[in-house]
Amino acid sequence: MLSRVCETLYWVSRYIERAENVARLINVNNMLIMDLPKGVSTGWEPLIDIIGVRQAYQENHTDFSESKALRYLLVGHDNNSSILNSIISARESARTIRDVIPRDVWEEINSLYYYVKDNQNEGLSKRGRFAYLKKIIESTHMIFGTLDATINHDQGYVFIRFGLMIERADMTSRILDIRSATLITSDEAKPYENIQWISLLRSMSAYQMYRQQMGVRVQRADVIEFIMHSEVFPRSILFCLYELKQLMEPLIHSVELIKLIDEVIQELKNKDVRALKNSDLHDYIDQVQIKLAGLHNELAESYFLKPPEVTE
Amino acid sequence: MGIDWKAYNTNGFFDELIDGKGNVRLHGKQLAQFFSSLSGEELTKARAVADLAIKEMGISFTVYDEGNMIDRAWPFDIIPRTIGKKEWQGIEVGLKQRVEALNLFIDDLYHDQKIIKDGIFPKGLLEKSVNFRSQCVGINPPNKIWAHICGSDLVRDGSGTMYVLEDNLRVPSGVSYMLENRSVMKRVFPELFEQVSILPVDDYPSQLFDMLAAMSPRPQDKPEVVVLTPGVFNSAYFEHCYLAQEMGCELVEGRDLVVEKDDCVYMRTITGLQRVDVIYRRIDDLFLDPEAFLPDSQLGVPGLMRAWSKGNVALVNAPGAGVADDKVVYAYVPEMIKYYLGEDAKLANVPTFKCMDPKECDHVIKNIDKLVIKPANESGGYGLLIGPKSTKKQQQETIAQIKADPRNWVAQPTLDLSTVPTLDGIEPDGRHADLRPFILSSGKDTQVTTGGLTRVAMVKGSLVVNSSQGGGSKDTWIVDEEAK
Repeated sequence: MLSRVCETLYWVSRYIERAENVARLINVNNMLIMDLPKGVSTGWEPLIDIIGVRQAYQENHTDFSESKALRYLLVGHDNNSSILNSIISARESARTIRDVIPRDVWEEINSLYYYVKDNQNEGLSKRGRFAYLKKIIESTHMIFGTLDATINHDQGYVFIRFGLMIERADMTSRILDIRSATLITSDEAKPYENIQWISLLRSMSAYQMYRQQMGVRVQRADVIEFIMHSEVFPRSILFCLYELKQLMEPLIHSVELIKLIDEVIQELKNKDVRALKNSDLHDYIDQVQIKLAGLHNELAESYFLKPPEVTE
Repeated sequence: MGIDWKAYNTNGFFDELIDGKGNVRLHGKQLAQFFSSLSGEELTKARAVADLAIKEMGISFTVYDEGNMIDRAWPFDIIPRTIGKKEWQGIEVGLKQRVEALNLFIDDLYHDQKIIKDGIFPKGLLEKSVNFRSQCVGINPPNKIWAHICGSDLVRDGSGTMYVLEDNLRVPSGVSYMLENRSVMKRVFPELFEQVSILPVDDYPSQLFDMLAAMSPRPQDKPEVVVLTPGVFNSAYFEHCYLAQEMGCELVEGRDLVVEKDDCVYMRTITGLQRVDVIYRRIDDLFLDPEAFLPDSQLGVPGLMRAWSKGNVALVNAPGAGVADDKVVYAYVPEMIKYYLGEDAKLANVPTFKCMDPKECDHVIKNIDKLVIKPANESGGYGLLIGPKSTKKQQQETIAQIKADPRNWVAQPTLDLSTVPTLDGIEPDGRHADLRPFILSSGKDTQVTTGGLTRVAMVKGSLVVNSSQGGGSKDTWIVDEEAK
């Protein structure tokens, strides 16, 4: 399969996964805010941090009010990671490889684009928001589900899954990082600490699975353990890394990359993440993110189209 | 209540559905009946369904507006254009004959130029041709086929005669819209396809693939066929994707390909370089290979011409095929058919006056206000003068240009293009239309699409059918009138 095509498949997948994650984050934050008493809520600011756009946001915005932050997250033209921009990027990339993507998948991506664009007022309104985001999440599941069921599971598919898994691991690490750092621990908020950890789990659709796996009590150490180390929960960082490794095994020229993934896996497994407190957790997640970026670089180096050599 | 065809006014034009006496033509009977049975509400709904299908299927074309690339939904009218099967069979034979002669002509021009030596085709014309590629002289493409894919534009005049208006031999586009129009119609009016005996169109991608595969320089089971696109910014990008997808081929850009030291073409895959046998190229000649043509082309593949001339890769259409695709050469097609095939042309050319002939030139200048004057090698209507719609000053300017360089000019009578009923709101109204069928030639076998792409001017009275300028399209039905 063409290098350019594999690279594009990889990115389409990342963009769609990113859109889904942002949609889920907004939805859950929306719910959390309703549960917390006035004055305790962290508002929308953490979401801007999770997707890593604080600086850009502040260039054009003076505060983190609901309407401003939401517009920025949902449809902000100046936000590369807004849902709309992610979908636009996915659609534009998919357009350049329309020939390899099953027709139904292209139509779903195309329809999702029109839905996100044409119904943005729903997303911005309090009442319409839940349904709007739900539809976006469902649509991304439909895209990945249809892909899984209708495209040849060949080399191209490896890159689709690889993009999906690396984006997912990255998003999980971001959510954990920011949510744990901004967790309000003042005395008056103490009774709500639980709700906030639950909300963290919910933003990764992890709540139900956490309970099945870790028991009914939601505690900080268990949550961190589950989110980072679970070998069965599909959004845990370790789980994603295992899949990345498995994906690369049948591919040729993948020895280096597999070695690198293995190193990351071993390091993460051996880390006692339950014991990480405050800034240690933040620093450690930072390292994980750098390693994930390293995996991307190695993948690009091994398989993607190089820029044309400059002829002298 | 429904469309009343008696109230439809053909305005003195030849209409494709309704004859001069206001009666529905035989091949359109069932279609007309069906549309009469629909209420205004149903028509409106059907239009909405069609628009939604087009939007969701992402059937689009690209236009540029003030530097921005805009992806526009394909404009589509839900009343199909019908042609009787018998008439169509005659057109098919005529098109095959025409393309056969054109291929012989191109091959002759790049070899012995017998047609010039025998005094049929003027040498001076060839020297002036902007589409003649000296790089192609002496090259022998497989089966001597240069124009593997030809899109000929057909128009019907007031008397009902079908004429060939031009032959597109470079990178003709539109076939994907022909196919998509049909799939949209199937979504909109599934019941119609049960009632009317309509010949299917969807075999084209497999015919195209077979033709391409037959050009492979390496005889083997599965030749590597690719579609070469200039990229997502090209106005026909949708079609490039569509055809690659339908044929199950790779869609490649210039940067995906490389010509190695063995003068073979390879594509860059994640497992390394992989040999390419046939390239269906949708890039113009001049951008194909910066070594042979425009040196600063970013779209092409350095060394491609080298690989092609050595026979290591097939290029479809062959570079240089465009030499037979200009308005002066067009005027000689009937002579070509006679010269190479010994037959009379079965499809009419629009009568064309060649200004290089002093007598004809005189006639053109005297009747300039009644004729359409065309420069030989411009496309897209540039330099065109429409006599009846021009000012005295414009006429004088064109006359001066003709006198300065008579070889570069031809003239044709203005044609009363036929009309097809097209929905304006919920009422049908006549709009001018043309038809572009596609002809595939492998040298062993020639195939014509069933019908073709009907392009229609959506604006009343307009003759412009081009999609970038407000034109739309319709599904085209070849109807078997005798089928029960």
